[in-house]
Amino acid sequence: MKIAVLLKKVPDLVEDLEVDASGKELDTDDIKFKLNEYDDHALEEAILLKESGAVDEVVAMAVDGEDVDKMLFTAIAKGADKAVKLTDGNPADSHQLGKAFSNVLESANYDLVFTGVQSVDDRDGQLGPILASYLHVPCVSVVSGVALSGETAVVHKEYSGGMMAEFEVDMPAVLGIQAAKQAPRYAPVSKIRQVQETASIMEASMGDVGSANGSAVASMAPPTKGSGAEMLDDIDDLIDVLKDKGAI
Amino acid sequence: MGDILVITEHLKGEFQDITFEMLGKAKELAGASGGQCIAVTFGNMNGKAGELGMAHSVVSVGGSDDFNPESYAAAVQSVVSAKSPSLVMVGSTSMGMDIANSVATALDITTVSYCADMSSSDGGFSVTSSMYGGKMNVVTDVSGSAVAMVLAGAFNADAGKSAGSPTVEDFAAETGAGKVRFKQLIEPEAADVDITQSDILVAVGRGIGSKDDIELAEELADILDADLACSRPLVDAGWMSKAHQVGKSGMKVKPKVYIALGISGAPEHIEGMKSSSTIIAINSDKNAPIFDVAHYGMAEDLFDVVEELVEELED
Repeated sequence: MKIAVLLKKVPDLVEDLEVDASGKELDTDDIKFKLNEYDDHALEEAILLKESGAVDEVVAMAVDGEDVDKMLFTAIAKGADKAVKLTDGNPADSHQLGKAFSNVLESANYDLVFTGVQSVDDRDGQLGPILASYLHVPCVSVVSGVALSGETAVVHKEYSGGMMAEFEVDMPAVLGIQAAKQAPRYAPVSKIRQVQETASIMEASMGDVGSANGSAVASMAPPTKGSGAEMLDDIDDLIDVLKDKGAI
Repeated sequence: MGDILVITEHLKGEFQDITFEMLGKAKELAGASGGQCIAVTFGNMNGKAGELGMAHSVVSVGGSDDFNPESYAAAVQSVVSAKSPSLVMVGSTSMGMDIANSVATALDITTVSYCADMSSSDGGFSVTSSMYGGKMNVVTDVSGSAVAMVLAGAFNADAGKSAGSPTVEDFAAETGAGKVRFKQLIEPEAADVDITQSDILVAVGRGIGSKDDIELAEELADILDADLACSRPLVDAGWMSKAHQVGKSGMKVKPKVYIALGISGAPEHIEGMKSSSTIIAINSDKNAPIFDVAHYGMAEDLFDVVEELVEELED
């Protein structure tokens, strides 16, 4: 039983985001990127399955780029068995990313592919179902909780209001992970350093990623402040509001 | 200009709000572009087609009442192929996510996710996506065929609720390969608190920083006789139980007063609390999107504010 976990970096939203000179793209010069938090959950869920004995191998995969080696070594330090980076291209959107991963995965024998359910920048749709469509395998998104039983995976898909639905999915399949059974673990820096010295990252050419999804961005801007919040100066003002609204 | 398909959502025999939110907007867009608004329903919802009065007609694909990522997507794909709509509106929801991307990719149609606003423009549609956790609005012009994934709460559900008698077409749709099988619905675990009934909520987000510091918010909640709520990351981190979660996959709440501490205001969270009568947000990031929906705000360190507030109120 083998799981591929697809990892991607996204802008850290703690940063102040700015639009570049074109007025259509994020200015990425000064912002920090970090692992998509849902991808972190996907990795955690895969490692938990491996630790439970249900899975033999967890392979972390990502498109080559800045600091990607470190992200992949960190994945190994957390418990992934191998890491693969996709080279020879620069996918521009979820569709090209899906194509890149499908090119590499279609000839590899994976039972499950985990991706984060979404990312803050996937304007042309979510990677999981897009990839599944290219691979012609089933996909379930918004999954929290995966159990394996023979040739099928039993997954819990979250609905609103705390409701969930249970599905049985034939493998191979793609799962868009919302949350792992437990919070994603941290890898100590010492362990990551050790992995960097002993482990290696494999490379695979991503091949032809096709054309981008085709919608034209007209503009990007921070939301225009509507009436917005009335900003309070001090605690006294806050207490006045709480009194006025009956909270005190 | 072609028609607009609205992919309805139902659970336990009831159309969900997202259905009406999309219908109202679809009707408006169809009116401007000269197309028709067509609702697509699943399972045995024909008896409730009268609730979809905003639609010119209803395409009923039948099949199971229980959502199935594979069969529902296959059905929508065959309807889209047959009707060639100019726009397909799907919820940016748990169900919609499986349908939209699968259909659009298979048919090579443009997809635009996180749609917070839409208007018809010259020969197509202009779509505003709320991206980067609500920190950026990206406007896209789409023409030809497109699938729009509409954020829950972006449009007014009441504007899409109108009784009527749209014609219902029973459509023989594809059902998929049977590789995904629905087993059961799982109700939320019984909890000691029902935050949907609370008058006052003190809600904590990622800004609280650590599990131990939630105590401070608890202190404030105790003083205000409020219940404690939280955003998704705190549940995922295991710091608070699911029963306290507000937002897309948690609870929808509308207390008299909602105090948001260290919550940035991603669309997924806003969806669950924007109907609160009064929203007070405290967040050190003055650009946090939460301040757009809040009625009152303080752009300061939440610990400074809450500690001082607790002190003042205890006196």
